[in-house]
Amino acid sequence: MLLFLLAAAVAVAASLAVVLGRNPMHSVLLLIVSFAALAALYIGLDAPFAAVVQIIIYAGAIMVLFLFVVMLLNAHREDEGTGGAALGGRPLAAGAALAIVLAAELAWAVLRTRRAGGSWMGAGPESDGTALQSVRTLGGVLYSEYSLAFEVTSLLIIVAMVGAVVLARRES
Amino acid sequence: MSSVSTIGQALNGIVPVMCVTLAGIACMLAEAFRRRGERMPIGGLGLVGLAGAGASAVLLWGRRAGCLGVAEADDFGLFVQLVLVGIGVLTIVFSSDAVEREGLPAGEYYALTMFALAGMMLMAVATDLLVIFLALEVFSLALYAMTGLRRRVYASAEGAFKYFILGGFSSAFFLYGVAFAFGLSGSTHLDRLAAHVQAHAPAGGLLLLVAMGLLLAGFAFKVAAVPFHMWTPDAYESAPTVVTGFMSTAVKAAAFAAFIRVFLHALGPLRADWLPVVWVLAICTMILGSVVGVVQVNLKRMLAYSSIAHGGYLLVALASGDEVGRAAILFYLVVYAVTNVGAFAVIALLDSREAPMQTLDDYRGLWHRSPFMSGMLAVFLLSLGGFPPFAGFVAKWYVFTAAVRADQYALAIVGVLTSVVSVFFYLRIIVMMYMTDKAAEAAPAALPRVPKPAAAALWLSVAALLYLGVLPTRVVEIAARAVASVL
Repeated sequence: MLLFLLAAAVAVAASLAVVLGRNPMHSVLLLIVSFAALAALYIGLDAPFAAVVQIIIYAGAIMVLFLFVVMLLNAHREDEGTGGAALGGRPLAAGAALAIVLAAELAWAVLRTRRAGGSWMGAGPESDGTALQSVRTLGGVLYSEYSLAFEVTSLLIIVAMVGAVVLARRES
Repeated sequence: MSSVSTIGQALNGIVPVMCVTLAGIACMLAEAFRRRGERMPIGGLGLVGLAGAGASAVLLWGRRAGCLGVAEADDFGLFVQLVLVGIGVLTIVFSSDAVEREGLPAGEYYALTMFALAGMMLMAVATDLLVIFLALEVFSLALYAMTGLRRRVYASAEGAFKYFILGGFSSAFFLYGVAFAFGLSGSTHLDRLAAHVQAHAPAGGLLLLVAMGLLLAGFAFKVAAVPFHMWTPDAYESAPTVVTGFMSTAVKAAAFAAFIRVFLHALGPLRADWLPVVWVLAICTMILGSVVGVVQVNLKRMLAYSSIAHGGYLLVALASGDEVGRAAILFYLVVYAVTNVGAFAVIALLDSREAPMQTLDDYRGLWHRSPFMSGMLAVFLLSLGGFPPFAGFVAKWYVFTAAVRADQYALAIVGVLTSVVSVFFYLRIIVMMYMTDKAAEAAPAALPRVPKPAAAALWLSVAALLYLGVLPTRVVEIAARAVASVL
């Protein structure tokens, strides 16, 4: 329960800061905080695999792409002229529509859970440890059968880094 | 203690790969600790690693050392690894001068070369589709970066970008094929895939055919088979010339090694299904490579199309598939590696910004200006064209013999005809060098001096071509025995 409150508070606060911040760089970094808090929520829901994937894919790979684009465009500061108002009402309308869909989805989920007799807050059925077992199996396979593949991945990352640095570095 | 030695044994099979990887890391660190303006023989570090890799590959010969069940250093893989080590040594020896002249970042250049070689050498011994894919990505990423190394040249970035985008697509195809193969057989391991295919052959089912097609597209891209060749001329032209020599040979060696492992071994029972596709690829590749090569005026582009055509001859050997054909692939890879690295090295050693040696016209009367270099280039071109007594003749002869023995007459005939067509553009360069007078304009800029190690390596390459051309039996026998270890 404490974990839920803490993680939820962090997620909401970080998400608000992402939207309200004027510096794109801060927004991207705060989005990572928000994703990490979501991952903590998944752990509370006894879904460790979803939590790990949330960290690796969203907070890791996708955010690196975001950062890369921000740095590539040199967009250190949101231009005054292209604020929300300047873009016209369309993005706002799209955002509002998406929010309504999400709210409807949430309401539907809560109602369904209540009808099934569960509590709408806190952990569901007692954890029996099977979910954790699947992560353990996954880790076991990764470090036994696929340990060489795992190590080669590190070589792949070195190559990607060296290649990116050598291509991006400015002529001295 | 015992657990340590067990781990040591489990890694025996990838010792050559580890040597090269460590050399790459050493190159990277050396560059990091180099003071500004300090000269450092970074290429030498690479040579040390390659020497270690070559020695360990020879010591592992005949032992079938495995590695954690996903790689196996059988004689076939070791043979390809030794070819790759040879390509690496030649590339480094030829690079030292060109790196300085083109202003390439030395540490990164050698580190990426080493990492690319490590990926290729791993691909040669990998027996697991996932490891093959990762190895393929390691050397592909290194090559994308090496293609774009000449940052002063605008076309360099363009070629690298095209190569990167199309390469990314082909990797996705390959990975999709791996996913299908995994879904069907429950494993990415080639042996288990082979068992699954064996159990379900000859009617493999639609999904198996989809997996096979996707894997084939991935490999065809890497060996630049038509119609997956679009990136080749641009990437070859825009890369630094030594890199072109490296990637045109080493990639083919590594990709054909995995190609043989996957298609002749794991998917062997489905031969009736993949043979027509490989047949069409081979025909298209030979014809387009030779015919389009004729109209090129840029020497690097011409050799790019020539290397496409040579990929076609290798596909002919693959389609023949009996023991002669399989041994012919390995022998052809050796000969092609020596010849093509040598030919590109001559261009790299001659070309400089003051006196560009890129187009056919630049080679007018080269004989008067540099008898040594024009002689070397002539030998390499004659070998590429398949003239006796050079090794190119024997290599082609083995390939076409294999095709005839396998009753693939059409492949053999198209192969011979396209060879004749390609002879035209090889001879045209030689005619330019020897039988035309000096360029009309006033004395052209002096050619750069050829460094001694590079000259020695050129002599060595020519000697190897003569040896393989006159006395090929020994190497062919080794190749045949090596190939027998994979099937």
